[in-house]
Amino acid sequence: MCDQTFLANVFGSCDKCFKQRALRPVFKKSQQLSYCSTCAEIMATEALHENETLASLKSEAESLKGKLEEERAKLHDVELHQVAERVEALGQFVMKTRRTLKGHGNKVLCMDWCKDKRRIVSSSQDGKVIVWDSFTTNKEHAVTMPCTWVMACAYAPSGCAIACGGLDNKCSVYPLTFDKNENMAAKKKSVAMHTNYLSACSFTNSDMQILTASGDGTCALWDVESGQLLQSFHGHGADVLCLDLAPSETGNTFVSGGCDKKAMVWDMRSGQCVQAFETHESDINSVRYYPSGDAFASGSDDATCRLYDLRADREVAIYSKESIIFGASSVDFSLSGRLLFAGYNDYTINVWDVLKGSRVSILFGHENRVSTLRVSPDGTAFCSGSWDHTLRPQEELVAWRGSECPINAGILPQIRQLRISL
Amino acid sequence: MALSGAGRLPSKEMVKRRRLLRIEDIITKMQDDKTGGVPIRTVKSFLSKIPSVVTGTDVVQWLMKNLSIEDPVEAIHLGSLIAAQGYIFPISDHVLTMKDDGTFYRFQAPYFWPSNCWEPENTDYAIYLCKRTMQNKARLELADYEAENLARLQRAFARKWEFIFMQAEAQVKIDRKKDKTERKILDSQERAFWDVHRPVPGCVNTTEMDIRKCRRLKNPQKVKKSVYGVTEESQAQSPVHVLSQPIRKTTKEDIRKQITFLNTQIDRHCLKMSKVAESLIAYTEQYMEYDPLITPAEPSNPWISDDVALWDIEMSKEPSQQRVKRWGFSFDEILKDQVGRDQFLRFLESEFSSENLRFWLAVQDLKKQPLQDVAKRVEEIWQEFLAPGAPSAINLDSHSYEITSQNVKDGGRYTFEDAQEHIYKLMKSDSYARFLRSNAYQDLLLAKKKPESEQGRRTSLEKFTRSVCCWRRVRMAAAFHPRGGFLPAVGKVAGGQAPHGPDAVLLTVPTAGPGPGPADPTGRRRRSTSADRVSLRGDLVTVKEKE
Repeated sequence: MCDQTFLANVFGSCDKCFKQRALRPVFKKSQQLSYCSTCAEIMATEALHENETLASLKSEAESLKGKLEEERAKLHDVELHQVAERVEALGQFVMKTRRTLKGHGNKVLCMDWCKDKRRIVSSSQDGKVIVWDSFTTNKEHAVTMPCTWVMACAYAPSGCAIACGGLDNKCSVYPLTFDKNENMAAKKKSVAMHTNYLSACSFTNSDMQILTASGDGTCALWDVESGQLLQSFHGHGADVLCLDLAPSETGNTFVSGGCDKKAMVWDMRSGQCVQAFETHESDINSVRYYPSGDAFASGSDDATCRLYDLRADREVAIYSKESIIFGASSVDFSLSGRLLFAGYNDYTINVWDVLKGSRVSILFGHENRVSTLRVSPDGTAFCSGSWDHTLRPQEELVAWRGSECPINAGILPQIRQLRISL
Repeated sequence: MALSGAGRLPSKEMVKRRRLLRIEDIITKMQDDKTGGVPIRTVKSFLSKIPSVVTGTDVVQWLMKNLSIEDPVEAIHLGSLIAAQGYIFPISDHVLTMKDDGTFYRFQAPYFWPSNCWEPENTDYAIYLCKRTMQNKARLELADYEAENLARLQRAFARKWEFIFMQAEAQVKIDRKKDKTERKILDSQERAFWDVHRPVPGCVNTTEMDIRKCRRLKNPQKVKKSVYGVTEESQAQSPVHVLSQPIRKTTKEDIRKQITFLNTQIDRHCLKMSKVAESLIAYTEQYMEYDPLITPAEPSNPWISDDVALWDIEMSKEPSQQRVKRWGFSFDEILKDQVGRDQFLRFLESEFSSENLRFWLAVQDLKKQPLQDVAKRVEEIWQEFLAPGAPSAINLDSHSYEITSQNVKDGGRYTFEDAQEHIYKLMKSDSYARFLRSNAYQDLLLAKKKPESEQGRRTSLEKFTRSVCCWRRVRMAAAFHPRGGFLPAVGKVAGGQAPHGPDAVLLTVPTAGPGPGPADPTGRRRRSTSADRVSLRGDLVTVKEKE
């Protein structure tokens, strides 16, 4: 027999759950009781909670944040642009506006491409939503929403419907019909209901589900047919301004950005936030996934665009310049992810080299803020919409030079400031 | 100064807020003598002096030097924006732009800066215009648009015009007491203020705000103070979207959730930056040749050439080498591409393992169904692929099978999530790898011609006959299409000739529009006919229309 002292456990009926267990002495308000180990642990955690004040919780959160930073910093062995030094520089860019879509009587707020690579839906401040064949610049459909400031619009993957919403706090789906006699507004379906303005909407891989972001601080997934809420996403501390779905075939995630300066990645199935990034200094106006789905870019009122990688779980690049002092309203990647197009409130579009972190070109051409910018589904062009009432699909012609190029300002012909109303 | 509050020194709070705005930081630096600001001079002209001015060139130079701008065009653009916002203005023009020349500009008084959240009422504007008409200096004459505005305001404020007139008179009296030079400066600053808030028609109104940001300003209703100290009883509020619910205060529960979240993050396995960088670079380099904005698209970018050949080719069932190569980049690539999926499915059929892909596709489809159809589909998929004795039984390990059969009882969209993941991994590691090594894939990759067998010849003859009929049919259809026939620059029917010869390439015919066809009047999507596809044989890619 070994010479050991061990706790003499009394075996009996627990004072709390009354089960026959090995008991331990516990003290509750200076009274001695006998609890089984399970009840004793529960009591311990409860006591912990009672003793926790908001302040102590906050400090715990702060210290955890610090620890997280530390852990991440350990993996920060190099900067992206340093590794990218070995990558060949991009040649000179010559930008050209290929089409100008005029027809909105007011600020263009949002646009989206159809999967057919040429059709576009756009929405404006006066409530008009227009579907264009941007290749021919013909307007194909137009509908007037009952509210102003239609800040969100999206094209369905099938090309047979569009969704839009804004100050009406709803997202409405309109099926597109070519029957001249049919009134588009008649077939309208109200899908989403938020308690504040709708800032962004996007169909998932099908016409049947729609993801929305709202000024009420939440995102939500809806079933189009029934209008039922499938999942809601809570976590932002202020208005959610933008969202983007992950480009994976199997993926079930999306990223959202808000006025709380946070970008959050969500699991659509569980409604949980899986990752969060908070390095911006002001509202995040736009988020867009890198084509591989492993990273995403964001554009913010702090005049910077940033690249966040999901595997490293941190910001990996900042795209900024001293001379850029106005917020970025909209960002999108080219097909390969090498270029980041960003539209700013200073009426320009800056084109960034994603890997090297440098600006490769600046586009002038809009006469008011650029509010929305999307690259076409096959990457052959990108379209920008502006408060100057126009949309401009543009593409570039690139001549490879293989050497560092100076910043090339694309000078476009001065266009008279005309107000063209529908 | 006739304007109320002008003599006040900015409060600490105001100063702090200003520093936060970069544009004001820049403007402040520009005026700072000690740190190399722009030279502000008094310039002699004719009989008088022009006080406190800078030249456009000086401003542009300063911007280029201090903000590291290499291109003067960019500096001019930025200067124009700063002017349009109201921080600097040309002394002899209502239009607020910046020019890189000897034009004179003046800095705006901080009192008038946009950060003070001005939203001046029309009464103030009326007083201002009225005041201007009382000053009988030629150079202060109203511009056309100002005269129009004044006329309109006179009509609108007909009943209280006497009041406005009196206020204007009072302002003029106060102004007259001032020093001449000071008056010149203040007059111009006042005029510039109104140029911002009542811009010249056709100019951008920079005071317009994004409605989403309005309510979060420190002063969401905007200061309804009058520029001229006029108090109004009933002041109309501009339409600002107001918070419909108060922002919640963080609760203990919120922080507990945050703590749990942080703990999860700390435990997460992350990659090193170097690895991440390599991965991003590798991805980009692999796809650069597919990026039309970097590598010119073949045959041409439709937006440049106005030729939709590229899109027509992509619609065809015969994929280009480049496209086939892409299928090898990742399993997702082949699943994304309809043609790739078909090829892969055919391969799996030859190996008698197509049920895996079909299951995966069925589950993808399930997730796209409207809610009401979900339960039915779940049952169908279960019966087809998983139930005992299923016709297309897939191979799942017992654990997955257990989970799935449990899920089926609830019948939601994510019922088969676990099983799908398993099958995906299985296909990726096994079938996909073998597909890439298969003859079928390799042939496509190397664009090998299929040997002409008995069957081959028969098929080509069939194709020829079909092509002639289809061509004729589609030509007719296109002519009578409700959208009015051929689209301009689309359609490669070379000179209206029928294809000739058994080895001829089937000509692309104009479709009613590339992409998923528009819904026909019955609401169904038009199915792509064989005429829509381009049949590619051998090395010929497309037939170019001879000009």
